Amino acid sequence: MSTSIETISLPSDLSPRPTASRLGDTPLIPLIILATIALVAIFADVLAPHNPEVGSLTARFRPPFWQAGGSMDHIFGTDQLGRDVLSRLIFGARVSMVVGFTAVIFAGVVGTVLGIMAGYLGGWVDQVIMRVTDAWLALPALTFAIFLAAIVGPSMWNIVIILGLVYWTRYARVVRGEVLSLKEREFVRLAIVAGCSKWTIMRRHILPNVVNSAIVLATLMLGVVIVTEASLSFLGVGVPPPQPAWGLMLSDGKQGLMVGYWWLTVLPGCCIMLMVLSANLLGDWLRVKLDPQLRQL
Amino acid sequence: MKQFVTRRLGYSLLSLLLLSLTIFFFVRVTGDPAALLVEPGASEEDIAAIHQRFGLDQPLWVQYGLFMLNLARGDFGQSFYYQTPVLDLYFDRLPNSLLLAAVAMAFSLLVGIPSGILAAVRVGRFWDSAGKMFALLGLSLPSFFVGLVLILVFSVFLGWLPSSGSGGVLHILMPAFALGWYFAAAHMRLTRSSMLEVLGSEYVKLARLKGLPQSLVIGKHAFKNALIPVVTLAGINLVLMINVAVVVETVFAWPGVGRLLYEGISFRDFPVVQGIVIMGGTMIVAVNLLVDVVYAVIDPRIRLEK
Repeated sequence: MSTSIETISLPSDLSPRPTASRLGDTPLIPLIILATIALVAIFADVLAPHNPEVGSLTARFRPPFWQAGGSMDHIFGTDQLGRDVLSRLIFGARVSMVVGFTAVIFAGVVGTVLGIMAGYLGGWVDQVIMRVTDAWLALPALTFAIFLAAIVGPSMWNIVIILGLVYWTRYARVVRGEVLSLKEREFVRLAIVAGCSKWTIMRRHILPNVVNSAIVLATLMLGVVIVTEASLSFLGVGVPPPQPAWGLMLSDGKQGLMVGYWWLTVLPGCCIMLMVLSANLLGDWLRVKLDPQLRQL
Repeated sequence: MKQFVTRRLGYSLLSLLLLSLTIFFFVRVTGDPAALLVEPGASEEDIAAIHQRFGLDQPLWVQYGLFMLNLARGDFGQSFYYQTPVLDLYFDRLPNSLLLAAVAMAFSLLVGIPSGILAAVRVGRFWDSAGKMFALLGLSLPSFFVGLVLILVFSVFLGWLPSSGSGGVLHILMPAFALGWYFAAAHMRLTRSSMLEVLGSEYVKLARLKGLPQSLVIGKHAFKNALIPVVTLAGINLVLMINVAVVVETVFAWPGVGRLLYEGISFRDFPVVQGIVIMGGTMIVAVNLLVDVVYAVIDPRIRLEK
């Protein structure tokens, strides 16, 4: 186990090949950031120093502790209703995580199932599913989401469903493409010869082979979904107040921006940015690692 | 060729049909559409009048027929807030959106194309990594956050640029930057990959063998060919920009279509929201059709493919 590994420097004009072990070059920083946000989201009740939804109007617009007028009681200051910004950021992580993950999983399940059915069954099933997919892909996702949110009204679970409905099409496209090539492979033909039913083949033989791509896509979609959720909340059709969502905090912070209350916008914005950036970095890495076919995406 | 265009046109119409069905269906499945179509706090008689006017007491397929007939006649309903037809409002705001999208597009191309070329020419070196970082940031930073930080720096702290509204040249700078930022990253990525493909082609190798200087090889032989997909994407993106500018227009109070959509949401002005979504979807379906047809005219391989 303790053999030292010699590193050989390659001539620089050779393209670097992945020589390390499969998980050797894990992008640690994005993983740590995402894990931290997840832990913060889980233990929000313990971590938050104040109630995120209740403030005192006498303590409005307190700056962060390092600025004049700030105190350690409110490390990141307070907002326009005197609520503690740090506590709201901590609970906001919970909203982002819950919405981000459930929406991505919901979209992933719907898209993967429909993609497998379209690809494997072919014929009119394929035509119907893919025409719907094309039509929905043609809509600008954000506008479509705003439209749906405006109809059903704001709530966190509505947002999850809306994001799922808007984004399943991307999974369906990718998965269908993979299934089309998978179904010509030997093991699928042998399964047919062995007398497996279509459903068994799709479930036992096709599904495990497309899960990788679906996971890669899900990681890449996580960033998109979080930004869309933040945009919806920012526009007032997302997570309803007084629930602390980062997008909503940005939107509230807009009022204080012109008088220089920078912490109300910069801090939640940085949280969104960190989370999205980490998800994208992780997704890019997973794409190269797990799925050579998706490298061109 | 004719066959290709007919089939493609058929798909587009089908897309529009599905789009209209989606909108129609969602409005009705989530509750009484009359509740969305009357002003908040309307009386029972008003709701009954709406039921009558939009034929909501008829069977569903008749309702859908009426809905489509109104759309076909250009009747997108009346805005509650402005008391004018939705389509008039839309076309009033459209020039502003086009202006913003045009400036944002110019910015994104001016940044995206040169940096993409630089990254492709110096692939694997410093400028390539810098470009990758830029693209990642561009795709990760939500436009409203970029917008708010711009306001904070250039309006609040430095006091150089106006934070909202429209009018002068200075007004458009920040919204265009915030909107173009994401697209600059997308254009850079495409320019890079397209340029890399062209640089590996036979005719570029020939140009190199002829002993042409690097600037000529890249500027004349590679660049022009690499530009084709970028220009196509830019065309599609221009239409997309008009439709995704809602957040940026809200941040900067830019009086475009996106701002109209935001007002529609805030005032619960449902006909406006619905009208903008329909117009946006139609525009995007149309531009996709146009691109496909133009491509088929240029490249026979596409139209002969099944």
